[in-house]
Parts: sequence; C-alpha cells; structure tokens
Amino acid sequence: MDSTLRLIATNPLDQLARTIEALLIVASAPLSVAELAEAAEDDPERVETALGLLRERFGERRSGIVLEQVAGGYAFRASREASEACARLFERPIERGLSHAALETLAVVAYLGPCSRPEVARIRGVAADSAVASLVERGLISEAGRESGPGGAVRYRTTPLFERVFGLESLAALPRLDDLGADGEQIRERLLEVASARAS
Amino acid sequence: MRELDLDLDAFEGPFDLLLTLLLREELEPIEIDIAAIVLAFVERLAEREEIDLEACGEFLVLVSALLELKARLLFPDEAAELDALEPEAAAEELARRLGEYRRMKEAAVWLAERLAGERDRWFRLGPAPLAPQPERRLAPQDSNALAVALRALAVPPPAVSLSHMALRFPPVSQFLDRFRTLLSRRRRFDFESEVIGLSRVEQAVAFLALLELRKSGEIALSQAAPFAPIRIARVDDERITTWTARSA
Repeated sequence: MDSTLRLIATNPLDQLARTIEALLIVASAPLSVAELAEAAEDDPERVETALGLLRERFGERRSGIVLEQVAGGYAFRASREASEACARLFERPIERGLSHAALETLAVVAYLGPCSRPEVARIRGVAADSAVASLVERGLISEAGRESGPGGAVRYRTTPLFERVFGLESLAALPRLDDLGADGEQIRERLLEVASARAS
Repeated sequence: MRELDLDLDAFEGPFDLLLTLLLREELEPIEIDIAAIVLAFVERLAEREEIDLEACGEFLVLVSALLELKARLLFPDEAAELDALEPEAAAEELARRLGEYRRMKEAAVWLAERLAGERDRWFRLGPAPLAPQPERRLAPQDSNALAVALRALAVPPPAVSLSHMALRFPPVSQFLDRFRTLLSRRRRFDFESEVIGLSRVEQAVAFLALLELRKSGEIALSQAAPFAPIRIARVDDERITTWTARSA
C-alpha cells in the first residue's frame, strides 16, 4: 500500500507524459506502448492515457512537432507547416528516385509478403532483381527467411520504415486488394467488348 | 499496343483481336506463331523514337502468358497438373493473371499517391541509440585470497611421470631356470598355480619360457579343454606314463 501511494505521489500522469515525451524525442523509430511502458516502468494503460495528453499537446497547428501513431507505435514528426523549411535543409533519400517498377514490387511485397523474387517476377511479368535490391538498400523491405525446401529463394517483407515513410499505422491500413483494379472477369469482358466493336 | 497489326499465317489483324479470339477459343494457340508476334512488336518499337515502357511491360506479360498457353497445349502430357487445364481454363488463367497484375499496378499507383501526399511529413531517421550494456558487478574480493591464488599458480607443476609407458619384460631365462628347478623337485605342476600373482607381462614371458622348454623337448604340455589348466610334466615321466598305458 505504501509503495502504491508513493508511486502516485511521485509519478502523476503529467510526469509520465513528460517521460514519454523524452523517450519519443530520443527514439529514431516509433515506440510501441509496450516499449514505452517498459522504459517508463509504468502501466500500459496509464501510458496510453499519457499518450492521449501528448497528442493534444503536440497536434498540428499547436506545436512544431506532432505526435503521430505510425508503424505500430508512436513517434514525433515535424508539423506540416514546417515542411517547406525542412525541405530546404534536409533530403528524403528513401523515396527519392523510387521507380514505377520499384513501387509495383513494393506493392506485391506489401500485399503478398513474405514473398520471393520469382513470385514478384511471376506477377509483374519481368525480373524483379534490380527493384528488390533497390528496395532492400532503401530499407523499405528486408529478408524474411527462405522458401521451404533445399535452395529455397529468399523471401522479403516490408519493414516498419515502409509503414513510416508511407504514413501507415500498420499494413492493415493499405486498401483492400479486392477494391483495387479490375478482376479477371472484367478484363475478359473488356477484351470481348473490344473484339465485338472491331468485328462490327 | 492495341494498334499492333499482325500479319501471321493463321491470323491477320490487331493484337487485341487475336487475344480475344484466343479467349473465345475461336483460334488455337498452337496455330499462332508467337515469335512472329514478338518480331512485329520489336519492329513497331524500332519505328518509334520513344520507348513506351508501359506498353512493353503489358506486351511481355501477355506474350509470356500466350507462350505458356501454347506450351501447355503442345506438351499436354508433360505434367499431371496440365491435364486439368482446358483451353477455357487456360483463358481464365490468363485473365486471372492479368487481373492480379492490374491490382498490383493499382496498388503501386495508390502507394505513389500516398507518398506524394506525405511529402510534407518530415521525421527523424537514423540509427537507434544503443541500449545500455548490463553492468558487470563482482562480489567483494579479498586481496589475500587473490595472493594465495596467484601463489598457487606460481608453483611449478610436478614432473609428469612416464613410467607407465615403458613395459618391463623380465628375461625369459629367469623363468626357464625357475621351471627347470621346479621340475627337478616335482614331476608335474600347473602353469596357473605357478604364475598366479604375476603381472600380465610376466605371465606372458613365463608362457614363452614354457614354449621354449617344450621346443627343447624337456617338458610335455597338456590341457583337457580350452581354458582348462595347463599341465606341465617332465618328459621322462610322460614317456613312462605313455608306455605304461600302451602296454596295459
């Protein structure tokens, strides 16, 4: 009982919020609630409440830095108001020169990963070696084991950095694949329509 | 790519009409010269100053699918899985693959738009600060105990004895003399009772001495059964015994 009372007296929610704020400033990658709770030696529920306080404090148009929920955790970023100033001083090496082929490969890995280069090549119809190497170098995808069997191809999946660069809370934030593009039946119908138009 | 006009043996017309006829099964993929389609496409590319990568990619997907269809029809018995692939199913497969690729293309477009929309999001990137290394804490130490331990280490180690590596063979003559002396007092004796208590090497040398005596004809050896006691007798006595037995 004594220790509980002492904890409340010396570590109120505001102090916990300040501790979390400090942890997020030092971190170079998003920190999960569990990681924050462990570092702050506090209860995860109280950490979430403190994060709520911080989100109010560090919101757009309230502060130069903004607390965001991204890549399965929480992180600070610059406010959008300051983006032009940031662009004058800093580079964006990860997404600079990201080719269309690399984006297609990234989409395949994000939706179907972990998957291998042959799988990517089968879907895109062209070799994916160069695109995969470029994405690995940028840190957007990483190796995730091998396919079963001897000599199985290396499989890849997206990294937390991918989610952060694209501003996704998690991969679940990607649009549903069924909602994208036409299905096989639509393509077939379209081809038949083209044929009918030409025949007439 | 739709404008690609083909002049093949089995077909004359635009490429997308060829695809449609194949999907309708009004044309057999076996009859189509796919190499000629590729040549026509390459010629069309050469005519243009700019390369349309989109069209090239789509053409490659379609032609590879066509090639696969034709290969499956040309070699129907090559694999069990191909048996189930009827022309209609093959067409479905082509449409399915095209659909899959289209979805991924749309997903790539979505990612590109998302990236463009996030261009005003700036955040810090870099290696994570190193986690603290666990501190090694030693229990309180006594300096005298350390001195004792060092002193013990400073003592030269005892010389290693190699005596066990040398086999000591007693001379055979020693046992020759011993057995001759014994036989002068007793007419017969057991080998085991005489060598009991000796080392294995000494017992072996004693047996060699026994063989020497047998070789020189001084003794006769007998053993009732394997591993039974070896009995040694003076030859004179043995002859007498044999003679007595024969005369009886």
